Amino acid sequence: MVAERGEHGIDFDEPCVARVYDYLLGGSHNFAVDRAAAERFSARVPDLAAGVRANRSFLRRAVRYLTGLGVRQFLDLGSGLPTAGNVHEAAPGARVVYVDHEPVAAAHGRTMLADVPRARMLAADLRDVDGVLGSPEVRDLLDLSEPVGLVMVGVFHNIGPDEDAPGLVRKYREALAPGSHLVVSAATRDSGDGFDWAERQTLLVDFHTFRRAEVAELFDGFELVDPGIVHLTRWRPDMAQPSDELVAKLPTVAGVGRL
Amino acid sequence: MARGSAVDGRRTRFAERWARAVTDETYVPMSSDELVRYLAGLADRIVALHAPGEFPAEEARQIGAALVHANITGPIGLGRTLALLADDPLTARAGTAKRRLEVQSALADGFAAALRDRTLAEQESIRLALVDARRQAEKALSASQARFQAVFAEAAIGMAVLDAQRRVVDANQALADMLGHAPTDLTGHDLGEYAHPEDADAVRSAVDGLLSGGSAPVQVERRFADADGALVWGRVTLSAIETPAGQPYAVAMIEDITERRLLELRLEYQAWHDPLTGLANRELFFARLGELLSTPDPDARVGLCYLDLDGFKVINDSFGHEIGDGVLVAVAQRLDLAVRRSGGLVARMGGDEFVILLDKPTAPDMDLTWCAEQALTALRPAVRVGGRELTVSASIGIVDRPIAGLTTADLMQAADTTLYWAKSDGRGRWAVFDPDRHAREVARYTLAATMPAAVEHGEFVVEYQPLVSLESDRLWGVEALVRWRHPQLGLLPPDQFINLAEETGAIVPLGRWVLQSACAQAQAWQAIAGPDFRVSVNLAVRQAHEQDLTEEVAAVLRDTGLPADRLVLELTESAIMGPAAEPLRALHTLAEMGVRLAIDDFGTGYSNLAYLRELPVHALKIAGSFVSGTPTARRTSTDPVDERIVATLVELAHALDLTVIAEGVETDEQAARLRAIGCDVGQGWHFARPSGPAAITARLAAEHHR
Ligand SMILES: C[S@@+](CC[C@H](N)C(=O)[O-])C[C@H]1O[C@@H](n2cnc3c(N)ncnc32)[C@H](O)[C@@H]1O
Repeated sequence: MVAERGEHGIDFDEPCVARVYDYLLGGSHNFAVDRAAAERFSARVPDLAAGVRANRSFLRRAVRYLTGLGVRQFLDLGSGLPTAGNVHEAAPGARVVYVDHEPVAAAHGRTMLADVPRARMLAADLRDVDGVLGSPEVRDLLDLSEPVGLVMVGVFHNIGPDEDAPGLVRKYREALAPGSHLVVSAATRDSGDGFDWAERQTLLVDFHTFRRAEVAELFDGFELVDPGIVHLTRWRPDMAQPSDELVAKLPTVAGVGRL
Repeated sequence: MARGSAVDGRRTRFAERWARAVTDETYVPMSSDELVRYLAGLADRIVALHAPGEFPAEEARQIGAALVHANITGPIGLGRTLALLADDPLTARAGTAKRRLEVQSALADGFAAALRDRTLAEQESIRLALVDARRQAEKALSASQARFQAVFAEAAIGMAVLDAQRRVVDANQALADMLGHAPTDLTGHDLGEYAHPEDADAVRSAVDGLLSGGSAPVQVERRFADADGALVWGRVTLSAIETPAGQPYAVAMIEDITERRLLELRLEYQAWHDPLTGLANRELFFARLGELLSTPDPDARVGLCYLDLDGFKVINDSFGHEIGDGVLVAVAQRLDLAVRRSGGLVARMGGDEFVILLDKPTAPDMDLTWCAEQALTALRPAVRVGGRELTVSASIGIVDRPIAGLTTADLMQAADTTLYWAKSDGRGRWAVFDPDRHAREVARYTLAATMPAAVEHGEFVVEYQPLVSLESDRLWGVEALVRWRHPQLGLLPPDQFINLAEETGAIVPLGRWVLQSACAQAQAWQAIAGPDFRVSVNLAVRQAHEQDLTEEVAAVLRDTGLPADRLVLELTESAIMGPAAEPLRALHTLAEMGVRLAIDDFGTGYSNLAYLRELPVHALKIAGSFVSGTPTARRTSTDPVDERIVATLVELAHALDLTVIAEGVETDEQAARLRAIGCDVGQGWHFARPSGPAAITARLAAEHHR
């Protein structure tokens, strides 16, 4: 039957975002098609790999920041493969539910996390808020009356312009307790020096970019923590990355807000 | 301590250089401090490798592996690490040259081995994940396929999967039942083969349209034929599906809606047919008529027989509605049969009215009169209903008109009129529409309809015709005659509207107005007229029979001040006689009031001379026809019979002490003869024509002075 979005990637001859992403991070959880796709994308965006590293680095810093505040549980929406320093590694001992709609990412996550007591992988579409929040994974592992780190890093480019991203966030927010935090990074189209994602994206998946103001809208109901919404390398940096300057050319922003 | 901190400083700088060298290739999931600390630890272990003694190759390899564990996995990372070892003061001159070489190669070995292990492990795990995901997907797919199969097989609705050539790949039991075949018999056949021949193309093109890109579900209602050729109405919903390999298929759901269709047909039939007789109803008749009237052919004609049972009400009233309905049903059947050959539409218009509509009314030997004759003949034998033998007859109005410029309303009005003619000619016959007669009737009708308003608008005028004493040649009186100054038709004499006014009843207000005007005028003449000058006013039958005739006359006399004995009311014999064939009571009252009465047109009716004695009558007016019996320009010889009658009448009248007035006196000769007979008063063109009041005034004045 007609393939649904997110169901692709179960054939060897189709690339899948999570594996492409893994390859860009330096992992080997990927196949030739994924690597070829990553190379095609990189050919258009030479700093892509650096940007991906910077994004994962922001994720780690943000998660560390939250654990520092005492946040002990995370809901990572659009997690990709739970490898290479994903949330449960950055926050050892915290309870983490990873959510991804790609079947391979989910299957892989289930196996990888089989031995990790407090992390689970949920195969679901993050746009199905009730489905996610009502899943056994979330209900068993997370205590929504306690603060949760809601991680939505590098996923908004998969949420279409007509899919009401702020509305999605609001629905999650309404289920969360005070003290919870929203962690966001997103590709923007109005903060680079004429850099245009649209010109460079490949046909791998639809790739939507946001205006900076639209990113700010995602934080409705949250209180942005310092330094607010900034380029993702500038969010509480902890390593003078040699590639920072290159990355700075990629229009991507990040921020953390407190509920 | 100092040495220690110097060493520490070297070590830290080394770690920092190292950290910078390796972080721009792969993602290292540590903060810079952590990485520097991590690498500093490795640096310590590297420094230790250079100590004299046996080379700890395994330790060196593990350090290489530790890089991989920190996700420093790129070739650049390794190269830079080796370059750093060769270059940095911490390691560049540590140990022997041989040992330095040993350290570098063992470290590289360890790195490569760990990277290889790790890569293989990751490849293996992602491959397993993929297999796992596929298995899950297949499981889900086969579960959904199993569900689909179950739904497909069990569905009460007919379903088929069609390939791009519209061939049935799979069909369920419901569809097979619907089409009267085994499911497997259907496979391989074009779905169009099972469609009704007239719908086959539509079914085929619906499937083709869907598969050639429409892809939005399509719904059509089409006829199919089952194995026995019986008609099956199907509501077909087509949706496109695609196999993973990209082959297009159509899923057809075919719902048997034959029942519903038949019900619709029945409802439609009911909407167009009379439930009692099963004939077409008036809606269908008018619809068909509308179609005929909109034929573009300018020479086309349309014809109909409008038929109404004679005295049907009596049947209904005396035998009840059930019998009445039975009669209608029988009549309907007979009519239908009788004119079937003509191809005309027989419809029941309601009640006991039927119509036969012909689109070729002039077809030789099956024209409208043929139809009418057939219908009348068919109704002639008695009808048996509820054990009774009833005789029915019908009257028929036949209309045959060119359609050019014809409206439904015109046609139906003509039919109605013609039916009325047929009825008034007597029962059981037909009449043919005559446009001229119809036009006249319409004109009369229109005139009648406008009369009451015309009275109010003062369109009528009263003229006066002198009544002259034959003896003295002086005015004996005048007769008031009404005329209609019609805005379109000009001045109309009384004979063009008085009968009409009698028929419609408009005579009552008109007569009242004439009486009023004439009395007022007569009163005005009082001053110059002689004491026996009178005004005569005609009293129509209806007026004479009005309940309040006497009060009304009294009121007019009172209002105008005219003495009662100056008024003569002229009545015909039929006006005088009441319903019980005896003179009206009111006449006595009028006579008692002093009003004079004259019998108009005496001799034309059934002149019962007996009542003349009882009646308070003062004068007789002899009809002009008797008078003209006397010699005229046209008739040179007198009619001896007429003359004798007139003489007898005069004699008789005088015996009863009545004044005799001769009407229609046209010649000198007639006047002379009447005078000779002894007739008292004459009226007619010979004396004067009717005129406005001024001429009378002038004449009265002249006589007065004489
Ligand atoms: C670019 S990766 C980001 C991974 C990780 N969050 C990070 O930032 O390092 C985006 C991931 O989101 C997943 N994703 C995209 N749309 C999604 C959706 N609607 N529901 C669940 N996952 C989604 C993709 O499958 C992909 O693995």
